[in-house]
Amino acid sequence: MIELTNVHKAFGPKHVLSGVDLNIAKGTSMVIIGGSGTGKSVLLKSVLGLIRPDSGTITLDGKDVAKGDRDAFLARFGMLFQGGALFDSLRVWENVAFRLRHGKQTLPKHEAREIAIEKLRRVGLKPDVADQFPAELSGGMQKRVGLARAIAAEPEIIFFDEPTTGLDPIMSGVINDLIREIVTEMGATAMTITHDMTSVRAIADNVAMLHGGKVRWSGPVADLDATDDPYVQQFIHGRAEGPIESVR
Amino acid sequence: MILTAPLAAIGRPVMAMLAGIGRISIFAAQVVSHILRPPFYPREFFAAVMQIGWFSLPVVAMTALFTGGALALQIYAGGARYGAEAAVPSITALGMVRELGPVLGGLMVAARVTSSIAAEIGTMKVTEQIDALTTLSTNPIKYLAVPRVVAAVLVMPVLVAVGDVIGIAGGWLVGVNQLGFNSATYIKNTADFLQFWDVGSGLVKGAAFGFIIALMGVYHGMYSGRGAQGVGTATKSAVVAASVLILASNFLLTRVFFGS
Repeated sequence: MIELTNVHKAFGPKHVLSGVDLNIAKGTSMVIIGGSGTGKSVLLKSVLGLIRPDSGTITLDGKDVAKGDRDAFLARFGMLFQGGALFDSLRVWENVAFRLRHGKQTLPKHEAREIAIEKLRRVGLKPDVADQFPAELSGGMQKRVGLARAIAAEPEIIFFDEPTTGLDPIMSGVINDLIREIVTEMGATAMTITHDMTSVRAIADNVAMLHGGKVRWSGPVADLDATDDPYVQQFIHGRAEGPIESVR
Repeated sequence: MILTAPLAAIGRPVMAMLAGIGRISIFAAQVVSHILRPPFYPREFFAAVMQIGWFSLPVVAMTALFTGGALALQIYAGGARYGAEAAVPSITALGMVRELGPVLGGLMVAARVTSSIAAEIGTMKVTEQIDALTTLSTNPIKYLAVPRVVAAVLVMPVLVAVGDVIGIAGGWLVGVNQLGFNSATYIKNTADFLQFWDVGSGLVKGAAFGFIIALMGVYHGMYSGRGAQGVGTATKSAVVAASVLILASNFLLTRVFFGS
């Protein structure tokens, strides 16, 4: 279980996180929603240790993520970055197999390549993509490669940062379905940040809405439409009028 | 308030500069501390050797050739005032191997390589590739910085040595074809005059400049600001810092080697 307690983070005078409390149960899919600049990415990167919170605690299975063996901690995670974050200088299969080739237990090249091709197939890409460079692929294909890299080492926990941003609606649907399928079949704990409501409904077991540096609302995805929280209602229906605009 | 404003205006950039020196020093110490600790990345190391060494050969060779030629002309013109034209081979060789070979070679490689490293790693930073490395349990300093710094320290003395030879050859070409020197005498004068430490000091300088060239590129790339403007600023800062540090460290090394 991932547990965040009273997490604060400021960049200069700007307070991005102002006391975030959140629990993500093992094997569930949590989606964090919220407007741009509400600290969703900062929250996700804080859990991974890419950003150090100013105060508060973040624990994984009861252990503080800031302490202990970093490599062992990160080995439990897979992450799909918003822009893919594929390494330009490496071929697609080398990107997918990066952890397998550079981790503590390094696999031989042919073995790592086979696993990479299998993972590419799992995300709907043909083996001939394996020897291409990321720049030769479309945005949707890059996202799939990023997904294949995130799941290559079969992590227990997978983070998805804006998985459908920049994709057309059909490709967004494909990526959403893939994420749902993979998370379910791997039994992984997932944390996704997005403002795409189609993604929320496709991926989430639970939803948390971040606003004003705090979790404004959280609960099962089935309760999302029924809540009378005006912030949530404005956000999920994309209304220009409402409390969020007045805050902006 | 009015009285302290000028002091604050001076103090702020001084504090910023000291903070920058501190950050770079800590970064350099981190890089050095990782050099002998596994894991090692041989593929990245050999790619850096090619990028920094092999592909810099043409620019270093051309710089050295023209500098050697110009140096011979200047020494001949200056020497003629004292009837010391015969000093052209020895002074050209000395100037090339002690100073101009390493310094101009270092500056040219800094322009070519520091900018390229800073832009590449800066782009990796803004496209979250460095964060991706971290999440894949790979230390960015080990993977990106160490191979480039080690490669630069090892290949720069080789580039300097090649530059020395070509620079002396440039002087010889001018000396023989334009200034009327006998070819064999020119070569003999050069070979007889140069001592081991003349060449050795230039190679040590080359290694030091290699460290600066790669370190500035990696450091400014990894601490690049956001977007295209951030990468552009990082690239510019990297080249300026590398160039100034090369010239400053050249003075210090020259003082240490030959000051007495």
